[in-house]
Amino acid sequence: MTRFLLVRLVQALAVLAVMSFLVHALIGLMPGDPIDLAISSDPRLTSADVVRLKALHGLDRPLAERYAAWAGAALGGDFGYSRLTARPVLEVLGEALGRTALLMGLAFPVSLALALAAGIAAALNPNRPIDYAVNLLCFAGISAPPFWLALMAILLFSVMLGWFPASAVPASGDAGISERLHHLVLPVATLAALSAGGVARHVRAAMREALRQDHIRTARAKGLSRIGTVYRHALRNAMIPVVTVLALDMGALLSGALVTELMYGYPGMGKLLFDAVMGNDYNLALVGLLFATLMTLAANLAADGVYAALDPRIGFGTVSGEAL
Amino acid sequence: MLRLTLIAAALALLLPSAGAGARDRLVIGMTQFPSTLHPSIDSMLAKSYVLGMARRPFTVHGPDWKLRCMLCTELPTLANGGAVRERTPDGRDGVAVTYEIRPDARWGDGRPVTTADVRFAFEVGRHPQSGVASAELYRRIWKLEIHDDRRFTFHVDRVTFDYNSVGDFEVLPAHLEREAFAEPAEYRNRTRYDTDPTNPGLYFGPYRITRVTPGASIELARNPTWWGGPAAFGTVIVRIVENTAALEANLRSGAIDYIAGELGLTLDQALALETRKGGEYDFVYKAGLVYEHIDLNLDNPILGDVRVRRALLHAVDRGTISERLFAGRQPVAHGAVSPLDWVHSAEAPRYPYDPRAAAALLDEAGWDRIEDGVRIDRKGRPLRLEIGTTAGNRSRETVQQVLQSQWREVGIDAVIRNQPARVFFGDTVSKRKFRAMAMFAWLSSPESVPRSTLHSGMIPTAGNNWSGQNYTGYRNAAMDSLIDRIEVELDRDGRRTLWAELQALYARDLPALPLYFRATPYIFPKWLKGIVPTGHQHTTTLWIEDWRVAE
Repeated sequence: MTRFLLVRLVQALAVLAVMSFLVHALIGLMPGDPIDLAISSDPRLTSADVVRLKALHGLDRPLAERYAAWAGAALGGDFGYSRLTARPVLEVLGEALGRTALLMGLAFPVSLALALAAGIAAALNPNRPIDYAVNLLCFAGISAPPFWLALMAILLFSVMLGWFPASAVPASGDAGISERLHHLVLPVATLAALSAGGVARHVRAAMREALRQDHIRTARAKGLSRIGTVYRHALRNAMIPVVTVLALDMGALLSGALVTELMYGYPGMGKLLFDAVMGNDYNLALVGLLFATLMTLAANLAADGVYAALDPRIGFGTVSGEAL
Repeated sequence: MLRLTLIAAALALLLPSAGAGARDRLVIGMTQFPSTLHPSIDSMLAKSYVLGMARRPFTVHGPDWKLRCMLCTELPTLANGGAVRERTPDGRDGVAVTYEIRPDARWGDGRPVTTADVRFAFEVGRHPQSGVASAELYRRIWKLEIHDDRRFTFHVDRVTFDYNSVGDFEVLPAHLEREAFAEPAEYRNRTRYDTDPTNPGLYFGPYRITRVTPGASIELARNPTWWGGPAAFGTVIVRIVENTAALEANLRSGAIDYIAGELGLTLDQALALETRKGGEYDFVYKAGLVYEHIDLNLDNPILGDVRVRRALLHAVDRGTISERLFAGRQPVAHGAVSPLDWVHSAEAPRYPYDPRAAAALLDEAGWDRIEDGVRIDRKGRPLRLEIGTTAGNRSRETVQQVLQSQWREVGIDAVIRNQPARVFFGDTVSKRKFRAMAMFAWLSSPESVPRSTLHSGMIPTAGNNWSGQNYTGYRNAAMDSLIDRIEVELDRDGRRTLWAELQALYARDLPALPLYFRATPYIFPKWLKGIVPTGHQHTTTLWIEDWRVAE
């Protein structure tokens, strides 16, 4: 167990180091820097201003030198300032992460509950109307563009019915918890609908595979009820591949709810990363993307733990070695 | 019991929130969040919009496009003695302009706005490491002279017609900001405008900022130290929704009251909304100083020939484009100067839609044979030109397609090559990498002298660090001379004559193809009155104290 965790830690650090350089290099290689953009929008900027501002922001130095300076400072715990928000990077990321965690914390269980219910129902009724209906809804969820789904939800539930606010954040900062939750209903529902379809398809496939196993027939032959068999034996085994999908989804969700955040005006991680990359905010983009990488690695580590909990035959050693 | 509680909680969530009908609060929607609230660091429309409610510049162009005082008591002029010609220490013509701060101007914490704040702002602006974007104004002012707590004089190293306009100079609260400026290189990270933006002492407008939710909203409350009458709304909330379709849905659902015209819906969205919901809102389309045009790379051998440039313009039916695509709301531009500007001249040559004239010009220029619908020259080279614009800008992309089709009718093959705005402006245009044509817009101020876009000394090159905005590479000594003379001509009639010459020369040389002046759509709820769109760079919020709720 300890050796497993150490190996994973070293692997994670190596991935983060490589990622930090790649992200830095890719952003640095994008055409135009913040001062180039400023020149095109501000006719008053002179050549002297350009030289002064590039030196001030360190943009006059070679890419490798800038990376070395950043990495040195980061190792000392100084992640620098965000150029777009004029605030320390960790402070900006912390706020956005908190909001995204709230959104995900609400959307994830809703999505998982929907996916499990729909996937199990479809697996238990293969090639029947309920299976077809679940498949249809799943494909609709998978293929619906997030932008369109969010806009339709806003038009239906905010503009036409007036049930929920169109924005994810109350207008006034003094809003209470119930008003804040009220504002999160549509974004949470949109995110849940978007991710539940894919997970439900995996649940259905895994459950159908599990239900064909001999031990399920044995359990039923021994007189165990259908519900008991499904939940105690089939679902437990079926969850292993599903947990893998969920773990991979977690990292993507943390950094990738961009469209939902844009549509509902929610200042979370997705929007922050997008703005940072597009606005050439090196520090913010770099640390934000590294954080998303870290979350993906952590989610996968957690998934390894869940495998072991779901199936006692799987140990940490086998997970990291060759079994999975 | 538990079930009943859960149902009650669910119903509470389902019910729309109360209080939407209150008129003491105004929720404004816009598409951009300011990157900083510091008045002098970074130039950004979203910041100008918000700070327009919380601060006031010394001078500003009003909705009538005339220069006026806001923070000062009287606009200094050579006529009233507020400005006096003088010699600079190095013997050049200069001018000393004296301003007096309003006696009732107070920061939100009750401290008076004084010349100590002016001195501090000057110090910040001149320091090379402070992060202030354009230092040109501070370079021109060779000396600041303080007379007393309220009077000060800027000694400027040249005499230009706009000698008394200091809209770019933003006073800063020395009593709060001095400490953050102790290390100038760190000032942009330590300024209270970003570390403590709700500090009342940072503002002196009708409102002060009371809450900032980064990326989401900015909340403002009435400022008790404001010198004018009380503003109509106790609270103003600026809410950010970047997607304009969602912004419109927010308006229609009542989540926001009003969409800022300056940073709101596109014209086509506003026109569609007016068609559907015209009776529910008041629509105002304000054409102004946003000049949509096509910059031509004059280093391209094809475009180096003025006959080809004129043919390009003759071949385009701009009137029909404006009528069909923009319901006639965007007036056709015949030059870079807006017809709303007093220096506009109607005498400059124009290029009406005339495909025959276009064809004749191209024949004359040597493009007189046609193969597969495309003109070729005597060496068999096709008349093929690339045209680029900002990808994703639906309005521009639609216009581009119409242009392509109309040019095709006279044998010009236009190849569309669009890029994301970030690449287009950050590299392709600013470093003159576009091969032939680049379609975008300029936003200027009233009587803005086009030095940066038309003077031969402002062509971006690696040597000048790509500064300047003469992206076409236009070089004409007569134009350079006109620009130099206009800047220093103080007589209005004399200046008008020079402006007319400049516009005629621009129309003859056509370094860029004028398209139209963009109209900004303002969509007001029926109960909101008093907002006067300016049509220039100064935002409507500078007069927010005049906004009111209809009886």
